Amino acid sequence: MKDNLIISISPHRKEKADTPRVMRGVVYALMPAVIASIYYFKLRAFLLIIVCIAGTVLTEAVFQKLRRRPITIKDGSALLTGLLLALVLPPSLPLWAGFLGAVMAIVIGKQIFGGLGQNIFNPALIGRAFLMATFPVMLTTWIKPGIFDAVTTATPLSLFKFDHNVVSTLYLLLGNTGGSLGETCAIVLIIGGIFLLIKKYMDWRIPLSYIGTVLILTTVLYLIKPAQYASPLFHLFAGGLMLGALFMATDPVTSPITKKGRYIFGVGCGFLVVIIRTWGGLPEGVMYSILLMNAFTPLINRYTVPVQFGGRKK
Amino acid sequence: MRLKTFKQGIHPKYFKELSSKEPIKKCPFPKRVVIPLSQHTGAPCKPLVEKKDKVERGQKIGKADGFISAPVHSPVTGTVKSIDKQPFPRFKSLDAIVIERDEKSEGKEWKKGILDLEKISPDEIRKKVREAGIVGLGGAAFPASVKISPPKEKPIDTIILNGCECEPYLTADHRIMLEYPDDCILGLKIIMKTVGAKKGIVGIEVNKMDAYNLFCGKTKDEENIDVELVQVKYPEGAEKMLIKAILSREVPAGGLPMDVGVVVHNVGTAVSITEAIRDDKPLIERVVTVTGKGINNPGNFLVLIGTPFSDVIEAAGGMKDNAAKIIMGGPLMGITQSTLDVPVVKGTSGILVLTEDETDIEEEVNCIRCARCVDHCPMYLIPTEFVKLVKGEAWERLNSYHLMDCIECGCCAFVCPSKIPIVQYVNVGKLALVNIKSKKG
Repeated sequence: MKDNLIISISPHRKEKADTPRVMRGVVYALMPAVIASIYYFKLRAFLLIIVCIAGTVLTEAVFQKLRRRPITIKDGSALLTGLLLALVLPPSLPLWAGFLGAVMAIVIGKQIFGGLGQNIFNPALIGRAFLMATFPVMLTTWIKPGIFDAVTTATPLSLFKFDHNVVSTLYLLLGNTGGSLGETCAIVLIIGGIFLLIKKYMDWRIPLSYIGTVLILTTVLYLIKPAQYASPLFHLFAGGLMLGALFMATDPVTSPITKKGRYIFGVGCGFLVVIIRTWGGLPEGVMYSILLMNAFTPLINRYTVPVQFGGRKK
Repeated sequence: MRLKTFKQGIHPKYFKELSSKEPIKKCPFPKRVVIPLSQHTGAPCKPLVEKKDKVERGQKIGKADGFISAPVHSPVTGTVKSIDKQPFPRFKSLDAIVIERDEKSEGKEWKKGILDLEKISPDEIRKKVREAGIVGLGGAAFPASVKISPPKEKPIDTIILNGCECEPYLTADHRIMLEYPDDCILGLKIIMKTVGAKKGIVGIEVNKMDAYNLFCGKTKDEENIDVELVQVKYPEGAEKMLIKAILSREVPAGGLPMDVGVVVHNVGTAVSITEAIRDDKPLIERVVTVTGKGINNPGNFLVLIGTPFSDVIEAAGGMKDNAAKIIMGGPLMGITQSTLDVPVVKGTSGILVLTEDETDIEEEVNCIRCARCVDHCPMYLIPTEFVKLVKGEAWERLNSYHLMDCIECGCCAFVCPSKIPIVQYVNVGKLALVNIKSKKG
């Protein structure tokens, strides 16, 4: 027997999962998308990912140092933010802009709220929204995948919106289209999502209700006027929906904590995406749909508190 | 077929194999026993003996003081050494009667009597159960006589015998079911007769198939007794969860099982009730699982109430050098001990010894609002909100999140990736709410 017996509150055995492990799990789940982005966009993709991650991790460390708080870059959350930010940026973006986005993601997206767990909005999307507002042209210039030279092209969603050209679903699944680093190849994102589900690092309610809502709404529109509206399959696999629904909307910090709330959150995101894509000025609406629903999360939590065991009135 | 269960909850590792095959052995009588005067939920006993008094094995030495209370008896023949504060496994110390055993005298043994259930009245049963000092042996130690005395306006239709033993490591109830099946079933019949229940159900988790098969065989001719398998899930053995699993009835918040016509008793309690009614034996011993990686020979022991932990651990071959944490009960709801001088009490279902490598001291980090606690809470509460509100001392809002309905099972803290000691925050919150309520009068 040891001289000092340990005194502590129950429970005395716990699950192994801790925050760094969860963050690592999500990073692993994104690896197929990272590989696909490097395959399609070559060195540009690789460098942008490195710069964004360096930007978020460094900013977090400096910010915490300045505030004389413990430095928590080892928990992997800043790294994940950097990676996610890179994956939602256009491959032709200058590296300095990527770095600036990363700094903003951490500063206004996370640290001014008090750090991990305190922020209202998804930090990576805040970084992107900042760049979108500051350098709109850079953020809407796209290049062709698979070649070393930067030849500009348009994303499938803008091709449809402005020219009424439909990119084939197979291309959307494989990722052989213009778009952000990590959003073009739907298949690898779905593989990552399945990994998250199996590992229980993600709750299925948000992706299901989000994607389900988009599917239902676009099917209805398509059935009403197929000549004017894109097919539901196109909507599912074009643009950032898969990346957003599987990896952004499911961010635990900024999504509801109640089960019912997660359905509402997903349905809300789904509605907003379809509305923006169909009637809005922008071709894509995943980022704003999630950011807007993030703002509603505290309210949703408040109104979806489950009835406690035995609390239902007869 | 899908096994019955409740919603949410957790699947911990069980480690039952350490001791589940070990038959119940008698723990040697100690030199000295410490009998705390309040081993039950409710009012403490009044001592009936004084220093230097001679006492007999089985003699009542503390009398119940109030309706919710239970007397205590001497488990040995010997002399009262003192009546003073002694270490106690639940708090730092408590008034207790210390008795030195007369080593020449083994004391009284109780022979198995014959019981004619027809001839004994419910009131006689209640009186005998109360006089025998029987309390719930599952851990909560609620006086059994109170549980079998429901008021007239709360008719009871079903008695559930709880053989789930959902806490990891513990195997005492499992062994009791295997070694005293007839006494368990007779106990169930006695309780059914006392409260006039038509139906008796024994609930057993599916990881104890040997006990299930044994009970099915023993009750196949009993029309009004069923044996029900339930899923292995924690906290399946919590009263409210078990009633929900087996009968799909939800005990109202703040209410008791009798509000939905049910009384739940632990299998060990049923055996003690049988012994009290049939053999006139008071509750002076119980089965304790002594287990964990820190114990040399894990096993199940029949231990006299009042035996110091050190004697019981000695009977299990002693502790390993790297033993670092001693827990009364299981790993999910058990209480850590700072000394081996604490006595086994009526509510001691197990002594668990964890080693150094199993006891990480974890640092609490920021909540990431992953809601795993919400998704696993068997009471459908929002534990993460409790932590936030206790930190902010927002007592009023704590009430609106139903803090008082928390059963402190620890599922939330078990799954928390940020290693937040949620149960501790709950305790702080509950204490504050009770204090506020008593101030308001």
